Amino acid sequence: MKTFKGGIHPPEEKDLVKNNPIVDFPLSSTFYVYIQQHLGAPAKPVVKAGDEVKKGQALSEPLGFVSAPVHAPTSGKVKTIAKMVHPVTGLLAPCIVLDADGNDEWAEGLPLKRDPFSMTREELIGAISSAGIVGMGGATFPTHVKLSPPKDKTIDVFIVNGAECEPYLSSDHRLMLEEPERVIGGTMIAMKILGLNTATIAVEANKPDAIKLLQEKVPPEIKVEPLKVKYPQGAEKQLINALTGREVPAGGLPMDVGAVVQNAGTCVAIYDACAKGLPLIERITSVTGRGIRQPKNIRVRVGTPVKEVIDFCGGLNDAAKIIFGGPMMGIAQFSDDISIMKGTSGVLVLTEKDTNISNYGACISCGRCVEACPMCLVPSTLSKLGEKSMWEKAMNNDLLDCFECGSCTYVCPANRPIVHFIKHLKALQRAASAKKKGA
Amino acid sequence: MKDIVVSSSPHVHSPEDTPWIMRQVVYALIPGALVGVYFFGIPAITVIAVAVVSCVVIEALWQKLTKKDITVTDGSAALTGLLLAMNLPSGSPWWLVVLGSLIAIIIGKQVYGGLGNNPFNPALVARVFLLISFPVHMTTWPQPRSFFSQAADTVTGATPLGALKTAIFEHGTITAAPGLNLMDPFLGNVGGSLGEISALALILGGIYLILRRIISWHIPVFYIGTVAVITGIFWLMNPDAYADPAFHLISGGLMLGAFFMATDMVTSPITYKGKVLFAVGCGVITVVIRFWGGYPEGVSFAILIMNALVPLINKATKPGKFGAQ
Repeated sequence: MKTFKGGIHPPEEKDLVKNNPIVDFPLSSTFYVYIQQHLGAPAKPVVKAGDEVKKGQALSEPLGFVSAPVHAPTSGKVKTIAKMVHPVTGLLAPCIVLDADGNDEWAEGLPLKRDPFSMTREELIGAISSAGIVGMGGATFPTHVKLSPPKDKTIDVFIVNGAECEPYLSSDHRLMLEEPERVIGGTMIAMKILGLNTATIAVEANKPDAIKLLQEKVPPEIKVEPLKVKYPQGAEKQLINALTGREVPAGGLPMDVGAVVQNAGTCVAIYDACAKGLPLIERITSVTGRGIRQPKNIRVRVGTPVKEVIDFCGGLNDAAKIIFGGPMMGIAQFSDDISIMKGTSGVLVLTEKDTNISNYGACISCGRCVEACPMCLVPSTLSKLGEKSMWEKAMNNDLLDCFECGSCTYVCPANRPIVHFIKHLKALQRAASAKKKGA
Repeated sequence: MKDIVVSSSPHVHSPEDTPWIMRQVVYALIPGALVGVYFFGIPAITVIAVAVVSCVVIEALWQKLTKKDITVTDGSAALTGLLLAMNLPSGSPWWLVVLGSLIAIIIGKQVYGGLGNNPFNPALVARVFLLISFPVHMTTWPQPRSFFSQAADTVTGATPLGALKTAIFEHGTITAAPGLNLMDPFLGNVGGSLGEISALALILGGIYLILRRIISWHIPVFYIGTVAVITGIFWLMNPDAYADPAFHLISGGLMLGAFFMATDMVTSPITYKGKVLFAVGCGVITVVIRFWGGYPEGVSFAILIMNALVPLINKATKPGKFGAQ
């Protein structure tokens, strides 16, 4: 079975939620929609307090090409634009507070009925861009940018990422299992945009039911490829390497080796945007972990308060950590006063027993991190440099090639927070280069 | 809501921590230590107990005196003690063992900043220090007897490698060395350090470590392989002057060194390629000392010399990163 070099195999822990069918989360009375839900240039709000909005109406407009708007998750009245803690940056960030009117009324003309395959490439990209679609695996890079490679890059590989290699999470699994037609529809649209007549849907072998179903449903030009169960199989560069043998050059992008990767959930959003004109206002999220009483896979609107989501799933049970995303790369939250975002693939609640709260010791040079690193770096060296804030030396040790998958830290017997040290070094490097630019 | 923890990802961790690793190495040493106890009796138990206890106590005291966190629960000091004991003659007096522990923990480890920072294998630093300073004590080898027939007076004698060296010095040929049934050093029925006498027991422990993925196979296989190849070539050229490779493999400290001393994580290279280079170097130096050196055995010196080269080896064998052009 296809895979990449390095990586780890942590307990999968998917049994907690993988067999629970998707349930619709009931409409909340108040929504909190962060304006910045994507990676890239900022966006600015186009509504103000007191405005009546309809479901699907744009609430912000992107400032630049690499940016994305957000849309009203339901109909109602804008209460205010407040500063709230942003789940990804941890900083206060503008957030549109929307009081629902309970009618859940679509903006005029939505949903549309149209044939995406009779649309031009530009029309399709425009539909994706105005729908505010971002990478839903968690990276939240604007999708229309990924689907518009510059002319000098020849794309010959399109991969749908259904690996879902993060432990615990099952949102992509359920989506592929329950709505394979939409996944495949989105895949076909992306193929049309990229001018390709083949695509591969890559799924880790621990989802045999989804693999089997997709294999039955896909047209002959789409291949369903089972992958070895190994973390981080779903990381873009590792996924491309596993399927094609190509290595994205250091500091480069997938398109440098002719590849484009989209998450399975993103494909569904692409389908909805192109075939029905619907903006990205809802997603599938796995609410799971032993710290939650009734783990569920929910279809939830962007902007729904996490507190309500937790209550809907039976409430907390000895919660030690609340995480947006999976246990390997997800972000620990310091409050439940936050809301679901476009990139929230999971709300993971870990108990103290399941998480890792203890001190770290000295590096014993065991080499396990070197063996685990999918980028073939020497994480132990980076961690020692991080301890001493020596970012310049770390740059000579490939600091920026690390994408913080956490494999090194997972295996470190001395429990060293290697990823933390690396983030610290990267922050120092960023600050120094910003200063240099300013000077 | 109750207090929740906020920290960097990842939020889960492998259960295999440093104390667990140290425990596995201790388990792997048990067969070798038991053989030592079987053939050398109560004195062997005393040496092991004194070494382990004094290493732990000395490390704790040092850390208390220097106002550092006391980290003896990581198991590394206890393991150093056990490894030191395995490298000493079973008849070592208690003060020699305590002195060795002091050297291992303070000079071998703590002056560099403790666990993870020492360039040299602490137990070997101590052994070599004792060997140079107390040559008589360190080369007085009680002869093996069954645990159940331990008599009051201990008979001492040479190790197989020692006898070989003497024969070469005195007669210029190995044929003068007393004949040796290879089964004896395989099972442990020979003179030697407490924990090095049985190749079988040490190989079993080594295989356990490899299966448990505590060590990789690279260092033992390439170390032992290098010794086998070089001694094999010389033996084929002149069997009167050089002993056969089987003898070289299973006598002396090679098995203990290759499986347990050279594989010490802190003082060996971090990549597989580096481990191979390191192991070949250990093998070459071991044979050079055994053939032409003043000492009959070269394992400790070989490993210490190669320890010094580890930073260079690590630099030379840095893995090629993903996507490098």
